Amino acid sequence: MKLKLPNPGLDNRIPSHGDLEKMEKEEAGDRPKWDNKAQYLLTCVGFCVGLGNVWRFPYLCQSHGGGAFMIPFLILLVLEGIPLLHLEFAIGQRLRKGSVGVWRSINPYLTGVGIASLIVSFLVGMYYNTIMAWIMWYLFNSFQNPLPWSQCPLNANRTGLVEECARSTTVDYFWYRETLNTSADIEESGGLQWWMVLALVSAWTLLYVCCIRGIETTGKAVYITSTLPYVVLTIFLIRGLTLKGSVEGIKFLFTPDVNELMNPATWLDAGAQVFYSFSLAFGGLISFSSYNSIHNNCEQDAVLISIINGCTSVYSATVIYSIIGFRATQKYDDCMGNNIFKLMNAFNYPENTITESNYDQILVQLNQTSPHIIQGLDLQTCDMQFFLSQGVEGTGLAFIVFTEAIIKMPFSPLWAVLFFIMLFCLGLSTMFGNIEGVVVPLQDLRVLPRTWPKEVFCGLTCLISFAFGLIFALRSGNYWLALFDNFAGSIPLLVIGFCEMIAVIYIYGVDRFNEDIEFMIGHKPNIFWQVTWRVVSPVIMIFILVFYFVTQVTKSLTYLVWDQESFPTLEPRPYPSFVYVIIFILAGVPSLAIPAFAFFKFIQKKCCKQKDYSENTVDTISAKIQMIYKNNVLL
Amino acid sequence: MFEKIFFLLCLSTALAEQLCRPEASDGYRVRLSIKTALGDEAYVWNDNEMFLFRATLAFAMRNQISGQEFEVSNIIVCDETPRVSFWFVVTSPQNTSQLVDKESVEEAVRKSRNRINSAFLLTDKTLEFIGIPPTLAAPVNPDTPPWLIVFGLVMGAVGAGIIVLLASSVVQKKRKNDEKPDDEEIDEETRVKTVENSAASEGIYNRSFSDDERFTHM
Repeated sequence: MKLKLPNPGLDNRIPSHGDLEKMEKEEAGDRPKWDNKAQYLLTCVGFCVGLGNVWRFPYLCQSHGGGAFMIPFLILLVLEGIPLLHLEFAIGQRLRKGSVGVWRSINPYLTGVGIASLIVSFLVGMYYNTIMAWIMWYLFNSFQNPLPWSQCPLNANRTGLVEECARSTTVDYFWYRETLNTSADIEESGGLQWWMVLALVSAWTLLYVCCIRGIETTGKAVYITSTLPYVVLTIFLIRGLTLKGSVEGIKFLFTPDVNELMNPATWLDAGAQVFYSFSLAFGGLISFSSYNSIHNNCEQDAVLISIINGCTSVYSATVIYSIIGFRATQKYDDCMGNNIFKLMNAFNYPENTITESNYDQILVQLNQTSPHIIQGLDLQTCDMQFFLSQGVEGTGLAFIVFTEAIIKMPFSPLWAVLFFIMLFCLGLSTMFGNIEGVVVPLQDLRVLPRTWPKEVFCGLTCLISFAFGLIFALRSGNYWLALFDNFAGSIPLLVIGFCEMIAVIYIYGVDRFNEDIEFMIGHKPNIFWQVTWRVVSPVIMIFILVFYFVTQVTKSLTYLVWDQESFPTLEPRPYPSFVYVIIFILAGVPSLAIPAFAFFKFIQKKCCKQKDYSENTVDTISAKIQMIYKNNVLL
Repeated sequence: MFEKIFFLLCLSTALAEQLCRPEASDGYRVRLSIKTALGDEAYVWNDNEMFLFRATLAFAMRNQISGQEFEVSNIIVCDETPRVSFWFVVTSPQNTSQLVDKESVEEAVRKSRNRINSAFLLTDKTLEFIGIPPTLAAPVNPDTPPWLIVFGLVMGAVGAGIIVLLASSVVQKKRKNDEKPDDEEIDEETRVKTVENSAASEGIYNRSFSDDERFTHM
């Protein structure tokens, strides 16, 4: 499709190929650079590979037909993920600016896309770092034996365990009471929990010290934060495979159910997972690519990072499910053991006469002879499938299911420390990208004076995010976080991603884009890229956006509550009406920023028309580069 | 004479049987799970083990009620099952037909529970006295929660890092500022020289002047 929207003045806003060569040779300009290619790749991998790979993908994989889920996942990875990734890398490398700068260069009316990315990065960074604070809390608490979530505390008069803990489990109690101290409702805000505030402080200051000088410091930090998770995953894989029942978990994960492929929800979830997993539309990837040298092979990078991301998802799913299989087997054994004990005690059989293998037989026998005793025993049904499918996504996986599995392993504190360090590194490297997606646009927008150093920008961002993030340290913080997770980071990103594609392909012009890529990497992008960029990827994005929107709007909005009355399962409850306003703000403001800014620019141009013609020649990029060139020569 | 002894024996066993029966008001049921606790090293439960149990319990009673000398014969056992569970009652040494009350027995067992458990290589869970819940071990509560210590360490390291990085960038900037006045002076000199040059000979196109024009536009 040779559709191209009119875009006057584009050449004045972007550096030409000649300018880029000059900049490359003279190393003019004050833009930071990567020390080496490895830093760039590790940073991008770290940004893409995050907590979602560990606690979202395994759940999706298992619940949508196991091994069969790989098919939609891989198809959409190739058709949607890689093209979008290549697009962001290429445009960032070509225009050499952060997200706001890039979209403003393409067309001033598109500044809203950059601003939307900024807002989304800010909102997501706010709640993502709260999850980091939770991880740090658990990490701090892992340096003791026995682990605090392995035992219930005693009640006030020392006669028994605390009731809430006895009715649920020790890990549930530790998570909902001692960590979150959660209230029963989103409206009961409770007070600030001081230990949570301390954890938030530690998370934000640690992030600040790593981001303090932009990629100069994050580039060093990623050597550890991007590689350590793989080491720990491998350790857990080896440990997991030696535990009893791990193979059950892996089988459960990968058992294919081809019927799920007929279910549109499977494809929708696969597409959404690919999109969010690649951290597209945050603006961070564009920023990172802009620090590359002009002839860096961005096509290769895009393919490489996509492959790494996909493989990491599958690898971590295997590891997670091996541990989940172990936990499920333990729970099953405990459950059966309990039942067998009850039978033996009631009928005074000698030990070891009832085992798991003849349990059913004997139960049937006894049920025929003395059914009333059997009824009085209150035997539980032990279902392996039930244990395997318990709470295996999101924070429930990390803080409840996995912690429970860890306390059953020997040397638990060691495994706890390793696990939470891995989660921490995964999240921290994603936060680097988020901070980049906030700080660089702020600098580009010139909201604050230019002379202020980057440390101050970074510090202000962290401070303000921390201040707003205190809402998650309230007793109802968990419910607010779930709200943010569902709405701030979902629909706006899809909208921004779609607008990015349209902007580059149809406003910037796919012909110009092809020429740019030929200039940068030496050959024109082949037919695969052409087809996906122009048709396939935008269509897929529209589909996902529309279906996502429809499912969110049609289903009644509820949230899960930890309430004394419905232990130990969570109870769904509808949101109060004021929350709908907040949902609209979270999802609507970034999405609406795009047309709003276009309108604002239009008004600005109309009313300030007289000053228009004397647009300084210095404003054009070429002139700026000429100046820098000459200054360098003079100096 | 023999008949008398025989009669007394029968009477005592009969009495004992009457005193000890399941659901006796002053007795307790005991349940042992030896194979669960010890696996392959489990010992077989026989009369000798039962004797040890009665002796241990007598020891516990002696500890509890000082002055009274409980003997093995004061511990009466009945209703043994293959599960290895049985019912026991304790008779008073002064009056063998009178049972020691439930509370004293419970106290005695509670006090010496550890000794009774270790005599049989079992734990609270595997040697159960039905009706006497084990006293729960209080979880260890250190004075400073360990997490605060780790938190303090991490924050100290992070704070030091921030200070070091900020200080080094301030120092770098100062160094840059010190170099800049020197460069500006050199710039001034070249401009002065070029002005002089152009005044002398008009052939050379003077770039610095055309740049100055651009500056003034701003």
